[in-house]
Amino acid sequence: MDRKVYGKKLVYFDNAATIQRPQSVLDLWNKLARDSNANIHRAVHRMADEATEAYEQARLYVKDFINASSREEIVFTSGATASVNLVAYSFGEKFVGEGDEIIVTECEHHSDIIPWQLLCERKNAVLKVLSVDDSGHLKLDELESLITPKTRLLAVTHISNVLGLVNPVKKIVEICHSKGVKVLVDGAQGVVHSKVDVQNIGCDFYVFSGHKVYATPGTGVLYGKKEILDEMPPFMGGGEMVGTVKFSGTTYAPLPLKFEAGTQNFTGMATLKPALELASVINDDKELKKSADEIRDFLYSGLQKTEGLTLFGTTGNMDEKISLFSFCIDGVHHEDLALILDKMGIAVRSGQMCAEPLMDRFGVSGMLRVSLAPYNTMEEAAYFMESLKKAVNMLR
Amino acid sequence: MEKEKSLQDIENEIVDEFSIFDDWLDKYEYIIELGKSLKEYPEDRKTDDKLVKGCQSRVWIDFNVEDGKIFFNADSDAIITKGIISLLVRIYSGRTPQEILSSDFSVVEKIGLKENLSPTRANGLVSMIQMIREIAARNI
Repeated sequence: MDRKVYGKKLVYFDNAATIQRPQSVLDLWNKLARDSNANIHRAVHRMADEATEAYEQARLYVKDFINASSREEIVFTSGATASVNLVAYSFGEKFVGEGDEIIVTECEHHSDIIPWQLLCERKNAVLKVLSVDDSGHLKLDELESLITPKTRLLAVTHISNVLGLVNPVKKIVEICHSKGVKVLVDGAQGVVHSKVDVQNIGCDFYVFSGHKVYATPGTGVLYGKKEILDEMPPFMGGGEMVGTVKFSGTTYAPLPLKFEAGTQNFTGMATLKPALELASVINDDKELKKSADEIRDFLYSGLQKTEGLTLFGTTGNMDEKISLFSFCIDGVHHEDLALILDKMGIAVRSGQMCAEPLMDRFGVSGMLRVSLAPYNTMEEAAYFMESLKKAVNMLR
Repeated sequence: MEKEKSLQDIENEIVDEFSIFDDWLDKYEYIIELGKSLKEYPEDRKTDDKLVKGCQSRVWIDFNVEDGKIFFNADSDAIITKGIISLLVRIYSGRTPQEILSSDFSVVEKIGLKENLSPTRANGLVSMIQMIREIAARNI
């Protein structure tokens, strides 16, 4: 990416919100939109075949990428939010009743809180919260006592979009499963910054969005264990999610189409393949990881040394910290800071980052967040640190 | 005695002041200065009924009426927002409700501020203007 804003070279440090896409994704999108724009899974003609093929190829690639057992376990959605809503509705309909409990954590994104609140309202169920400590780590020692025989599911983010800390999801799954509690992992950040193996994690559901991992917006994935997905009723009705339709009753298509009602964003979904191919190359590139880690460490120590700056999500073990930093600076409003940095050519995020409960936990009205991608450079990081100091001086 | 400046005069003055700066960073520096020099706003007047809805940062607008003229005082926890509202206070404070309501509130567009705010801030600005108009309408 090479573009300018306000006459300055753009430094894009808002990658956790949306990452920039590689040429391979744009090319495939363009090609399919131009040459293969036909509805999938329906007609027998050539163009429909091509569209269906690209869509199903992406599904197979996703399956291998996260190491799911079968393609039936990969449901395409419009994004992580849609995936969580699907589970909250459909799993909730089947398995959650009055007085049952759902656990979320204090560091969840709103998208992994509100669907569960809606479920609890609908079913008169109880929403419980696993809290984080001052450094932003989940209080794992409180988990066991939080679970009761009424607990049905726990939803946890793999990596918090505010704290940038990798949560011990495998350990959480072990604890939950030992008590018969299902686990949904929100992998919106996790899929970008770690090598995901859903069988190794052992979770029952894993969700993520395409637009954060190099694919086009409006694409997303729900991984679910086949035996659970089979038990769950459809979320939406219509389109190709059926077996037979009669006014006396309808039977449903087998997985995963049961959950893919209506015409899908087939052009977009196909881009998950080149997107994840890139993610895979990045995952295996040791040189790149080394330099990305250096940039991360440079920012981490630079920010910690900045006077009056409070960093949220701190750790002595850098293996559990991604290149994402949220912070506040004494006497400076995060909105002001973001605006001045924007005029200096740096795109950052400010506000509550869709995690209001976490803002309340730390007693702040909002934070400033910088989140990096593998294409960001040390030069950009140094320019950011320099600009941050200037902006703070202007505002104080 | 010098003739009192009209609402239009003040608007023109502000447009002139902003025309000196070429760079937006300089304009913001000026807005920040304006924010810092805004008249002190009492803590106990930071109540919910004075809070402008629709702003990302918190903004309070207070007023009192003397001799048929409305005097505004305002504050925000964000300094740039405070600078912007200081411009509005400078233009609309001490005016009659009729004067305020007959204004087209175009000064922010004239200085090019609106397109240089993020959409969320621009919406916040619209909300501030809306509140000033409502206060004027209620005090005719």
